[in-house]
Amino acid sequence: MKLKEVQRILEAEVLYGSEFLEEEVQAGFGCDLMSDVLAFAAGKVLLLTGLTNSHVIRTAEIIDAGAIVFVRGKRPDKTVVAAAREKKIPLLCTHLLLYESCGRLYRAGLPGPSRRRG
Amino acid sequence: MDRAKEELVLNFQVQGRDFQGAGVAASQIRRVLKQVGFDPQVVRRAGIAAYEAEMNIVIHAYRGTLSARITAQEIEIVAEDEGPGIADIELAMQEGYSTAPPEVREMGFGAGMGLPNIKRCADGLEIASEVGRGTTLRARIVIKGT
Repeated sequence: MKLKEVQRILEAEVLYGSEFLEEEVQAGFGCDLMSDVLAFAAGKVLLLTGLTNSHVIRTAEIIDAGAIVFVRGKRPDKTVVAAAREKKIPLLCTHLLLYESCGRLYRAGLPGPSRRRG
Repeated sequence: MDRAKEELVLNFQVQGRDFQGAGVAASQIRRVLKQVGFDPQVVRRAGIAAYEAEMNIVIHAYRGTLSARITAQEIEIVAEDEGPGIADIELAMQEGYSTAPPEVREMGFGAGMGLPNIKRCADGLEIASEVGRGTTLRARIVIKGT
């Protein structure tokens, strides 16, 4: 799914990376636990989270995430946006809750990562 | 020069409780592995192992070093710290077991997934620890097809 499609479905604001909206993500992963993101997210994922600290950017970088969506209207501060810019990781922001964000994207055809526990 | 025998070693100092800088070393290691041209899956596994090992030093230890020894055959991530050590390594390896304080959990870590994550990403994992002294962790990732 293209990021511009993600943006439309989630009624999201682009905090950084409007030039990357034609890029694709293969799967979605909604989580506030960064260790679980490291454990389970696989492929070019869209990371949906309510955490807005710099570890989210670092985690997204390590798993090579396609973009990050901050849910529940949460907004990262300037230093976090600057870190994302440096790593070229697009940031989106939606007022929707995590559950509804994931639900809308899943219904529109964005699957979860295929990796299961273990 | 025989490329197969070349070795690249990266060393980083890691400061305990430095949550702002946490992950910088792993990020650098990951960047070098990418530049060297390793398979993305190898870069990913080594990156996750290094990041979790670095977070463990930041969360639990006073100070330490994170290093990567890179050859064409394998990548070895070594995290060596001065800290409280791990009393029961078997228990620490269990998913969900954590001694991390609440503020670490609020940052999205300390869920008891660190060591299991490292194990999952590595082909070999060794942990040696002495209570009151510190811990040394070695995670090995074997490069297939070499």
